[in-house]
Amino acid sequence: MSLLRSFVSNIIDFESTPKFEAIEQKMVDRDRRGFIEKVVSGSIGGSLFLMIPMQSSLFAEVLGDNEMITLEENKNKNYAFIVDVTGCIGCGSCCVADRKENNVPDGQYRTWVERYVIDIYDTVYVDSPDGGENGYSVPRDDIKEEVKDAFFVPKLCNMCEEPSCVQVCPVSATFTSPDNFVLIDKNHCVACGYCVQACPYGVRFINEQTKTADKCTWCYHRVRKGKLPACVNACPTGARKFGDLNDPQSEVSQIMDSKEILTVLKKELGNEPTLYYIGASQEVV
Amino acid sequence: MDASILNYVFPNDVHAHWTLMIVIYPYITGVVAGAFIVSALAHVFHVKALEPIAKFALIFALSWLIFVTAPLLNHLGHPERAIWMLFTPNFSGPSMMAGFGYIYMAYTILLIFEILYIYRADFIELKKTTTGFKRVLYGVFTLGTDDESKKGLEIDHKISLFLGAVGIPLASLLHGYVGFIFGGVKAVEWWFTPLMPIIFLLSASVSGIAGIILFYIIIKKVTGKISEIKTETIITLVKLLWAFFIFDFVFELLELGVHAYGATSGWHHVSSALHGPMYFSFWIMQIFVLSIVPFFILGYLSLAKVNRKMLFVLSSFVSAMILVQVLFMRWNVVIGGQIMAKSERGFASFHPQLFEKEGIAVTIIMLVAPVVTLWLLSKVFPLWDRVKSSSKK
Repeated sequence: MSLLRSFVSNIIDFESTPKFEAIEQKMVDRDRRGFIEKVVSGSIGGSLFLMIPMQSSLFAEVLGDNEMITLEENKNKNYAFIVDVTGCIGCGSCCVADRKENNVPDGQYRTWVERYVIDIYDTVYVDSPDGGENGYSVPRDDIKEEVKDAFFVPKLCNMCEEPSCVQVCPVSATFTSPDNFVLIDKNHCVACGYCVQACPYGVRFINEQTKTADKCTWCYHRVRKGKLPACVNACPTGARKFGDLNDPQSEVSQIMDSKEILTVLKKELGNEPTLYYIGASQEVV
Repeated sequence: MDASILNYVFPNDVHAHWTLMIVIYPYITGVVAGAFIVSALAHVFHVKALEPIAKFALIFALSWLIFVTAPLLNHLGHPERAIWMLFTPNFSGPSMMAGFGYIYMAYTILLIFEILYIYRADFIELKKTTTGFKRVLYGVFTLGTDDESKKGLEIDHKISLFLGAVGIPLASLLHGYVGFIFGGVKAVEWWFTPLMPIIFLLSASVSGIAGIILFYIIIKKVTGKISEIKTETIITLVKLLWAFFIFDFVFELLELGVHAYGATSGWHHVSSALHGPMYFSFWIMQIFVLSIVPFFILGYLSLAKVNRKMLFVLSSFVSAMILVQVLFMRWNVVIGGQIMAKSERGFASFHPQLFEKEGIAVTIIMLVAPVVTLWLLSKVFPLWDRVKSSSKK
């Protein structure tokens, strides 16, 4: 739980405004613009944290140290990752959690959070300084026009059903596991970088420590233990959701079955991602 | 909105990952394939004017072939695992790169045997006149038979003809598939076109022919035997270069034209890169200085009556330009494709250093090494037919 504690301390820093109630009221009123402006300025992260309860395990219980969901059992799951853009506050906790969980070298990113700002002339400004890891407590000062919309978009592996990276890997070091996770055998990878070029989403990199291809695995090692991916676990607002679509009780199933509009990134490329977005506007690439 | 103003690239994409090594890898492969095609025109299609350079073209191809894997191995994060490309190839994807080991190996074996059969008669002669290590070497190269009978030479000829004929599609495959490696990547708008393998193949032929012309003239000049060059050979090569170059350049422009006319969202990004960070290397260098100018020089040399000295000077000059054009083309494909970042909102950067693992110095060494190797090989393999090297002009 030290992770959570460090995360909480991060969040507390954001609480620079005493107007909690007013902000929450705005949220309830769905005053998106006012809300977003506050989010961009980094002032309401904490209040959201207080509002939304967190789920800590993937299923009913987290398995013990020596236990694991069997491969056969895992094959019967149909995992999906849903990112709710309307829920992301750009705190960067997911990125911090991911880096710690997976020992990702500095300057390389398994996941990152982008800040989108759209002015009244529809100019789209996107940035992601340090992958959004330090949160977005400082607003952009280079936007001269009035801002009409702003939001945060977390990015991670799209876990495609038709993965380009698996297709191009010359030595089959990147593969789709029997339980449908796109993974990398780092003891087999030659680091030719072809997968880095082929991934339409830019989620791959050559890990400068291992000198092999690396990317987000949706924390496969945790999932097999019955735990949520580290980023999902760390997300204070529930903007990152992960679960089994074959379980009708899971949150992801319920969202899938609801009238919520879900989109995938770069659909036209035909990679069939299993990472879905709620509220990702057409500007999101 | 112009991508250069917003300039957002995904955080893992900030710098181009494929470096100068991946620029010169298709370049070297291209020279190999092109040179082989020149030799095949003489050996298989019996183009008489090219016979004086038929052997030279093979050795020229071999000298570059030896260095095809050098930039690749230098680029790999784990070169010690490169062998897995042969033992655990991904044929289910299939990975275009996985075919490399096999095609390269097959082509290398073919080229070596093609050379051994074509040179066998020479080796028998050389074995008689040399001593020591060289004699042993030639003994091995003759494949254990000193048969100089007419029948024996005919068998050599038939085998080399067969190997040459098989070699043409194999050489085309060797380079066409390199084009496929890029042309099959749908994530990169600038690469994803079925014309890519064709453009690679044509530019390979162009670079091979240009390389042959340039080094033929330079070697003859340096060795003081320029009078041995037949004017007809150079004119044939120049015409061949012009023809291949027209096809090459037209396909390059067609690819660009159809892409621009289609004006998909991807094109807008490509277009802003071509008018931004790639303006100099693409429009100024690849298209104008190194394509349009050589096109007219080659046309002039092919159509007008030019005196011998002028022909040699201009054809070696234009060949050098073409060799650089192909290098720029490789740069613009490999680096350009990466500069057009996948965020579709900006450009990645690429700044090669002079001294680094995959830097400029190493690149230059890898491009000079085949030339040095050619010189070394010429000590063992006579580049020219002594019998036919009369001073006919």
